[in-house]
Amino acid sequence: MSVKKTSSGDLVLRSFTLGYIGLLIILPVCAVASEAFKEGVVTIWHEVTLPQALVSLKLTFVMALIIVTINIITGTATAWVLVRYEFPLKKFLNALIDLPFAIPTVVTGIMLVRLYGPKSIIGGFLKQFDIEMIFNKPGIVLALLFVTFPFVVRSVQPVFLEMEKEMEEAAQTLGATPVEIFFMIILPTLFPSMLTGAALSLSRALGEFGSVVIVAGNIPFKTLVAPVYIYGEIESHNLPGATSVSLVLLAISFLILVAIHFFQKWSRRHETA
Amino acid sequence: MKPPKPISTKSKKKPAELALIAVVISWIFLLILMPLYGIAKEVFHNGLHACFASLNEPAAVHAFYLTLWLTVGAVAVNTTLGIILALVLVRQEFKGKLLLDGLIDLPFAVSPVVAGFMLITLFGPHGWIGSLFEARDIKIIYAFPGMMIATLFVTFPFVVREVVPVLREFGVDQEEAAFVLGASKWQTFWQVTLPSIKWGLIYGVTLTMARSIGEFGAVLVVSGAIINKTQSATLYVHQKFTDFDYGGAFAASIVLAMLSFFTLIGMQYIQKKKV
Repeated sequence: MSVKKTSSGDLVLRSFTLGYIGLLIILPVCAVASEAFKEGVVTIWHEVTLPQALVSLKLTFVMALIIVTINIITGTATAWVLVRYEFPLKKFLNALIDLPFAIPTVVTGIMLVRLYGPKSIIGGFLKQFDIEMIFNKPGIVLALLFVTFPFVVRSVQPVFLEMEKEMEEAAQTLGATPVEIFFMIILPTLFPSMLTGAALSLSRALGEFGSVVIVAGNIPFKTLVAPVYIYGEIESHNLPGATSVSLVLLAISFLILVAIHFFQKWSRRHETA
Repeated sequence: MKPPKPISTKSKKKPAELALIAVVISWIFLLILMPLYGIAKEVFHNGLHACFASLNEPAAVHAFYLTLWLTVGAVAVNTTLGIILALVLVRQEFKGKLLLDGLIDLPFAVSPVVAGFMLITLFGPHGWIGSLFEARDIKIIYAFPGMMIATLFVTFPFVVREVVPVLREFGVDQEEAAFVLGASKWQTFWQVTLPSIKWGLIYGVTLTMARSIGEFGAVLVVSGAIINKTQSATLYVHQKFTDFDYGGAFAASIVLAMLSFFTLIGMQYIQKKKV
């Protein structure tokens, strides 16, 4: 069946799916792009460089970079522990990692407010030291860490499982220290999948809305992230404002998609076709 | 020179390893389990009955029904089209396939707010498609159709991404055998292809369901969140929260959290079957 003529049935299926993707994904992207052209480059540039828009974009990036850094370390460590060691409740913990994918983001936000908010026990305790988690930046970090936790773990875990222990054992026999083994054998093998997981968390963190809108308090110049800024612009019917910041986020989403594509190719580089 | 230590798989854990395990367990505990415990505690404290009592108001019931219909719609459409798209991607060769393959993931990469905004510019009263419907007095944005489209958008990749690898691994041998033995294309699909992709498909459907129930940003932007009209369950939670009715927000959150908990259990079961 390798070389065969495309049957008319195949063509119907193909055009059907292309039509659906065109309507659902391609046309909306084009609509925003055309909206931007209608507004003109000058207006869009003006809107993006408004102090409030710039500050919200910067905050979004800083928060995202913080959580991606944390996720690379904790995610790889979690995958490591889950693959290499046996301990009680391991299955339960492994299942729990997917919870952020299953739970609605708004519910995540409400849970965090309930747990760390000003009226909670933990929140009240931290208040004594003048630490405010909720309606403040630490709350944003916490929410983003929760919703992005599975990405690095679930990207690295399968690579870990497939990794042959023989290489490590050979290195050990040849006298390599555990640190050498980690940096010269394990890390290079895991690196592409770590990057894939990091890119996935980055794109999620830059776009996250539901949990952050609840937890952050959305104070302009302080805790207002870019997606919430866009929402505000839509609500106040400022089309150029919403269009401009949306374009920035959309462009980054495309870049991350392309990057993930290459990371995945890289991590499969040793597989023979 | 010291001889290298023999490696045994059942070796006793070193202190450093124990420390690493402890750190990871406490991280999961702090990050994931603590918030969950917060909710569980509340339920046991007030009793399930009290939690559900505040959900008896018509707006809450309406919101949960709306979420149900959105979920049913998303599952029906995206399962059907997801299977077809997976078949097209795996079995057909054509120009631009790689680009198409990449585009499928866009809903995962784009912010839900941006997704909602894109849909407004296309389906809104002034959009290319929206204006056509507006002329016939059909509203898409700030109405159910818009919310449905937003849910379809954000859940689009799940079934495709789960079915494609299974389909690729399954190959075409069995299908060709069935075909040679005289089965029609339709019979081959129902009796050979579908059973082989079953668990991957069910997993994709489960993820689609979870996301449809939980989607907030995209649906909020296109809905206008009109109480008793275009307010889904997550929007209801948000509105209660912004109205400082924390009890109401919490009650609805608990129901949603329980749904996702069942989803999670389902996911575990299906994953075991998949392998």
